Amino acid sequence: MANKTIRLEILRYDPEKDSAPHFQSYEAPYHEEWVVLDAINHIKDQIDGTLTYRWSCRMGVCGSCGMMINGTPKLSCSAFLRDYYPNPVRVEPLANFPILRDLVVQLDDFMHKLVSIQPWIVRKDGEKPVQEGEYLQTPAQHAKYKDFSMCINCMLCYAACPAYGLEPEFLGPAAIALAQRYNLDSRDEGRDSRQEVVSAHDGIWKCTFVGECSVVCPKHVDPAGAIQQAKLASTIDWYKSLLWPWGSK
Amino acid sequence: MQIHEYDVVIVGGGGAGLRAAIQLGEAYPKLRVAVVSKVYPMRSHTVAAEGGAAAVIKSNDSLDHHAYDTVSGSDWLGDQDVIEAFVNEAPAEMIRMDHWGCPWSREPDGHVAVRPFGGMTIERTWFAADKSGFHMLHTLFQTALKFQATVWHNEWFATKLLVDAGRCQGITAIELLTGQLHTVLAKAVILCTGGAGRLYPFTTNGAIKTADGMALAYRAGVALKDMEFVQYHPTGLPGSGILITEGARGEGGILTNKDGYRYLQDYGLGPADPWPRLRAMELGPRDRLSQAFMQEDAKGKTIPGPFGTVVHLDLRHLGEAKINKKLPFVRELSKNYAGIDPVYEPIPVRPVLHYCMGGIDTDIHGATTVPGLFAAGECACVSLNGANRLGSNSLTELLVFGRRVADAAAQFALEHPKLAKDKLGAQANDEQERIAAQFIRKSGGPSGKTERVATLRTEMNLIMEEATGIYRDGPTLEASLPKIAALKERYRNIALDDRTLSFNTELISAIELGFMLEVAEAGLHSAFRRQESRGSHQRTDFPKRDDQNFLRHSMAYRTGDAPRMDYKDVVITRWPPKERVYGK
Repeated sequence: MANKTIRLEILRYDPEKDSAPHFQSYEAPYHEEWVVLDAINHIKDQIDGTLTYRWSCRMGVCGSCGMMINGTPKLSCSAFLRDYYPNPVRVEPLANFPILRDLVVQLDDFMHKLVSIQPWIVRKDGEKPVQEGEYLQTPAQHAKYKDFSMCINCMLCYAACPAYGLEPEFLGPAAIALAQRYNLDSRDEGRDSRQEVVSAHDGIWKCTFVGECSVVCPKHVDPAGAIQQAKLASTIDWYKSLLWPWGSK
Repeated sequence: MQIHEYDVVIVGGGGAGLRAAIQLGEAYPKLRVAVVSKVYPMRSHTVAAEGGAAAVIKSNDSLDHHAYDTVSGSDWLGDQDVIEAFVNEAPAEMIRMDHWGCPWSREPDGHVAVRPFGGMTIERTWFAADKSGFHMLHTLFQTALKFQATVWHNEWFATKLLVDAGRCQGITAIELLTGQLHTVLAKAVILCTGGAGRLYPFTTNGAIKTADGMALAYRAGVALKDMEFVQYHPTGLPGSGILITEGARGEGGILTNKDGYRYLQDYGLGPADPWPRLRAMELGPRDRLSQAFMQEDAKGKTIPGPFGTVVHLDLRHLGEAKINKKLPFVRELSKNYAGIDPVYEPIPVRPVLHYCMGGIDTDIHGATTVPGLFAAGECACVSLNGANRLGSNSLTELLVFGRRVADAAAQFALEHPKLAKDKLGAQANDEQERIAAQFIRKSGGPSGKTERVATLRTEMNLIMEEATGIYRDGPTLEASLPKIAALKERYRNIALDDRTLSFNTELISAIELGFMLEVAEAGLHSAFRRQESRGSHQRTDFPKRDDQNFLRHSMAYRTGDAPRMDYKDVVITRWPPKERVYGK
C-alpha cells in the first residue's frame, strides 16, 4: 500500500508577528481511521511545533477541539479524514469568536454569559438537609430537561449562529439551553431569577430562529428548541402579568 | 512579575478541585480562593468518566460491604481507616450531587437508580446513563460558579511550587494567553491535577493527563506512593484507546474469545452461569480481567485486528431499547470510532491504561509531608485504592477527598497567616529565568544536539509500556532504569520550534514532558523493587503475593540521581489480609 497523504490548509495567526491571518498548507499521512485532530497532532509533533490549537479527550466529550472544518463548525476529534479524502481539508478557528492564535479562540464572553444565567439549582428555602436524601425525580421529570443537560460547551452553536455573529451581546444558544436545562429541572425553583437575563433584550428575542445551532450540535441538545420553549414561556408570563398583575407567576 | 495573593489556591479544576472549591465557598466564605487550571474546568478529564460513582444508598447494601469490596479490590494495600472514612462519607456526597442538579438516572418512583460494577457484593453505582463523569463535572463546575468571590485563573499552567522554610506558600504559573509567568502566593496549596495516563502510548486518558501535580510535589520533596500500581481497564477500543465503560458489563454485557467462549471462567472468575452475577465473571475486578485477556492472548484465543488482538464485548442480547437508555454513549463511541453498532455486532476491545492508583503521598485529610501542601483526586495517593481500584470508586473519591482536603487546607491557612513574600518572589524570578534559559533562549543542548518533544515522549511511552504492562518481570524492569535515565539526559537538549510568548503550547508540552519523565522514573523504580505480585502489579518472576515483605506502600523520593525507595506500613483495622476470591 502506498503511503497516502492528505492536504490540510490551516489558518495561521500569530498576534506577535502577523498583521492578518493567512493559510498554511501541510501534507499529513492519510489513514482511514484518522480524524482531523490526528492529522493536526501529526503536524504539531513532526512538522511544525508552532501550530496552536486546543484538544484533550479525543472522544467528543471535553468540548475543547471545535474548529471550522471546510466551513462547518465541528469537533475535530469527531471529523474523519475519510469524509474529505482525497480533497484537502480547510481548518479554521471557530467563526464569530476573536482569534487568539491560530485555531485558538477567546471564550471569555461565553464564560460570562454562563454565569449570568445562574447555572445552578436555586431553592427558595435553601437546599434540604442531606439526611432527608435525594430530591425525588421521576423518569418523566428527568426526561423534560435531559437533552438540554447534554451541552459540552464546545461553542459550535455560537460559531453557527448568524444572530451571534451580528450581535455578540446575544446570550446565544448554549447559554439559553442551559438556562432552560435548570428551569425545567423539577429540583429547581430559580426560573424567576433567570428570566431577567433570558427574556431581556439580548436574551431569547435576538434569536431569529435559523436553527443552525441545533444542526451543528454534536450532542443533539437542540438549543433552537430550548429558545423556542423559552420564548413561549416568556410570552405566557407577559400575558399573565397583564391579566393578573397582582398574581404570582 | 505580577504577584497574586490568596488564602487557598487549588491547582486543577476537575472533580476534586471543583468539589474543594465548593466546600471553601460554602464553609469558608471569608477566605480568598483561586482555582488555577491549565484548561477551562469543564475540559478536565473527569468529563470522560462514564459508568458511575459508588456509594451505599439502598437498603440491601451496607457500609461494611462497600468497605470490604474496596479492601479486597485493593488486594489489601488500601489503608482501612481511609476506606472506612470514604464509605461513611460517600452517601452524603452523592446526595449533595443530586441536590446540586446532577441528572442521576432514576427508578420509576423517583429515587436514584444504581447499577452493578466489577468487584461489588451489592450493586451501588449511581449513574447518569453512561456519561456520569461528564454530568458530575458540569454539575460541580456550574455549582462552583455560584460562589462568585472565587477567582478562576483558567488556562494557567503551574510550573513550580514555592516552598520556603519547608512550607509551601504558593506556585508559579504561566498564563497561556500572554505567556507571562505569575507568582501566585497562598497560605495553602491544593493539588488536584489528575493522573498520569499519558506516560503510556495506549490510554483512555486525554492529552492533559501529564502527571503535573505529581511531579510538582515530588520536586518539593514529597514521596510518590505506590507508583507501580497502574490500572489497565479491560475494555478499550483498539487503536484509539477510547474507554468502553464497565457499566456495559454491569448492564449484562459479556466478554468472549475468538470461539465465542466466555473465557473468564477459566481464570478463577467462573462459573459462567447464572448471569449476571456479582463479583464474578465479567463483574470481576479490572486487574483480574485484564490479566485474563493476556493469558487468553498467549494461548492464541484472541482475535487478530489492525491495532492488536482483541476480544469481543457482546451487548447484543441487551437489545436496542436498553442500550439506548443505559448505554447511549457506548453506542455512539462504538459507531464513530470502531465502525460497529453494538446493537448488531460485538464491540472489539482490549485492555488499555486507565488510572494511576499511586500518586502524591497524603494523609487521610489530604495533607502531604510538606506543610501547606495538600492533594486530592487521581494525582494523590490517600491509599483508598491500594493495588487495584474498584470501578466507580474514583468519582466518589473526588467528592469525599475534595471536600476533606478543602477543610484541611482552610484550617491550615487560618492558622498560618504569614507568607515569606520576599523569598518567594526571588524564587519566582529564578523560575522565570529557568524556563527562559531551558526552553526559550536556547536551540538545543550544550553539544549542539536537539530533540523534539514528541520524539522523547514516544520513547518514554514505549519504555513504560514494555516495562510496566499488565505483566512485568525483573530483567525488563531493570533494563528500563538506564533507559529512562538516558531520556532525562536527552531532555536537556529539547529545542522548541515555537518561541512566541502567546499560547505557546509547545512550551507547555515540553514542561509536561519534564514532569512525566520524572514520574515515569519513580514508577519504574517502584515496580522493579516490588518483588511480589499484588493487584495490578503482576511479576512473572515473583508470581505470589508476599505479605511478609510487601504489605507496605512503596515510597519514592526524588534525589539528584535515581529515586530513593522506602516503605510504609499499610493501615489494617478490621479486615486482616486473606486471599482475594471472586467467582464461585
